[in-house]
Amino acid sequence: MDALLLQFLNGLDKGGAYALIALGLTLVFGTLGVVNFAHGALFMLGAFCAVTFNKILTLEKVVLDPEQKTAWGTPLEIRTPYVEAWLGDFGAFLLNYSVPVSIIVAIPVMLLIGVVMERGLIKYFYKRPHADQILVTFGLAIVIQEIIKHYYGANPIPQAAPEIVSGSADIGAWFGLAGTIVYPWWRLVFFGFSVVVIGAVFAFLQFTTYGMVVRAGMRDSETVGLLGINIQKRFTVVFGLAAVVAGLAGVMYTPILPPDYHMGMDFLVLSFVVVVVGGMGSLPGAVLAGFMLGILQSFASMNEIKSIFPGIDQIIIYLVAVIILLTMPRGLMGREGVMEE
Amino acid sequence: MTKLLDREPVALVVFSAVILLMPLWLTPLGANYPDLLQKFAIFAIFAMGFNILFGLTGYLSFGHAAFLGVGSYAAVWSFKLFTMNVLPAIAFGILFSGVFAFLIGYVSLRRSGIYFSILTLAFAQMCYNLAYSVLTPITNGETGLQLTLQDPRIIDRMFGPAGAGLPSTNFFGLPMSGYPGFYFCAVMLIICFFISRRIFKSPLGLTLLGIKSNQNRMNYTGFNTRPYTQTAFVISGMFAGLAGSLLAVTDPLAGAERMQWTASGEVVLMTILGGAGTLIGPMLGAWLIKYFENIFSAFNDATLEQTFSFLPEPLANAAVAISGLFVGEGWHLTLGVLFMLIVIFLPGGIMEGWRRLVRWIGGGGGGKAKTESAAVAQPAE
Repeated sequence: MDALLLQFLNGLDKGGAYALIALGLTLVFGTLGVVNFAHGALFMLGAFCAVTFNKILTLEKVVLDPEQKTAWGTPLEIRTPYVEAWLGDFGAFLLNYSVPVSIIVAIPVMLLIGVVMERGLIKYFYKRPHADQILVTFGLAIVIQEIIKHYYGANPIPQAAPEIVSGSADIGAWFGLAGTIVYPWWRLVFFGFSVVVIGAVFAFLQFTTYGMVVRAGMRDSETVGLLGINIQKRFTVVFGLAAVVAGLAGVMYTPILPPDYHMGMDFLVLSFVVVVVGGMGSLPGAVLAGFMLGILQSFASMNEIKSIFPGIDQIIIYLVAVIILLTMPRGLMGREGVMEE
Repeated sequence: MTKLLDREPVALVVFSAVILLMPLWLTPLGANYPDLLQKFAIFAIFAMGFNILFGLTGYLSFGHAAFLGVGSYAAVWSFKLFTMNVLPAIAFGILFSGVFAFLIGYVSLRRSGIYFSILTLAFAQMCYNLAYSVLTPITNGETGLQLTLQDPRIIDRMFGPAGAGLPSTNFFGLPMSGYPGFYFCAVMLIICFFISRRIFKSPLGLTLLGIKSNQNRMNYTGFNTRPYTQTAFVISGMFAGLAGSLLAVTDPLAGAERMQWTASGEVVLMTILGGAGTLIGPMLGAWLIKYFENIFSAFNDATLEQTFSFLPEPLANAAVAISGLFVGEGWHLTLGVLFMLIVIFLPGGIMEGWRRLVRWIGGGGGGKAKTESAAVAQPAE
């Protein structure tokens, strides 16, 4: 029983990442009608925002201390990060919390990247066939990926979670079963974070006038345009929002998975499957399918199941996608008339 | 000129001459070595097959590399179990990938548009993941399937004892490495060109074109389109299987990375770059990508500094720093940029560019080429 619960928890954080990326993909598809293969690259860029922020914080001042000698007889180098030297305790605090704090940096950066991408490239592809959209964003993803590889190298760069949540939580103890379910704190934090972000996006769309107009535009952008609203501008903002969501997922995922240049592609393929399983254009569908597939994947990697169906953990997501697509042509919650003739 | 080329014997003779003389006319371009020539021929076959599905029928498959991988594995197993002769190997490669394509196509072709792309992607990723994990006895996992000294090679053993060391692949005694290997691939390419040309001109090809431009209308006229799309899928899968087994023929080693979705993406790139839906476009695209991959990835900072040494030093340094991004390790960046430019400005690929050029020269510079650019690839939706 506790093994099952543990796998369930394991699925939540991965599912959270899938859901966040899939949510952005669906937003872009639902508003602009563009299939964005570069969305995984945005996730990766978010992760590298955290890496860069951490790198800047850890820039060190080197002072040679002539009084003390090392074993080789050279003066001892005393390295202190500038932030600590300048800001003292607050600097140390910043260093410790570099991952969550880099969210503040990531939001404007990702928003900018998203808007530039939309205005600079995607704008010209509204009316082109989906195949062209896939291909051009695929090319863009390669370009972004290679640039990151050039500047950050090909190796994963581990990021540390803040000390206070770097250990594991004894979840079993909360239910009176101490020591049975031990789970890393940061994964719980990530799950909570993804729920908050998803909630915020839905609240934005549901409870603000701006969001209402966007939703109306998703239904029928032409009519909204005829009412004198510049719907295109709002869609651009939505694209930026999707980029921010993907980027935030990337930032917060860094302590779980050390970022490298191809993490975006790895997640993109799965997220695309998630979007299609959830139903193209359906936001709740994307979230539901994201968590569902994450949890299924985690259950499939249990030894008990692997011994019955060897290799199932490798293919479960794709297998579910195939079954769902063949039995429910529109995915779990797809709307009628999306991506059909 | 073009009319003459439309006649089949003429077209075939010209095409064969161009292919077989590749070692000659590629020498000035610095691409005349057997490894590269073999790749030219093999990937041309792969792209040509993909074009039958994507260019002609309009189905964008994102999992075509799976068939390439299956072809490779089948060929290497034929080397291991039966004989080092290449003919059974490619026969097995084509057969297995054909069966495989039939099964995957049977399921995937129920849907079209992006759903079809995702389904093929899902199947290819399943094959890739399984090849790395559960199917290790068949695929030898990460190491890749290789020849060993303990292989049975039943048929070869009947004709004589196994020699010391690993045998090389052969065509009735002629070893398939270096130029003989290239000529073997080249002959295969010519045969494939012939088949693909026949398909383009046949009623089947016209039907497939009809499906691409409007599948609904085809259905309304009482056509059952499924058998046709299925045929196209299987043929295209067999081409990929042939390409895969030829890869194994020239180098008897099969690895799962051949099935990864990036490999599927590469063949899409080749086809688009050359011009989807045209007969020789995909082949040109494959050549161009393989050529540049070879040339660009060989560059390093030293050669760059030499190239820009005529500039004053600060300028030269800047030029080296910028172009260094695009060559060597960063060759994929060039590929990505090139690819974006092609999709943005020239959706019909090289062939479209050629047509525009011809019209521009012929029509006295009237740049109204855009009107006829409707021939670009459109997915079946």
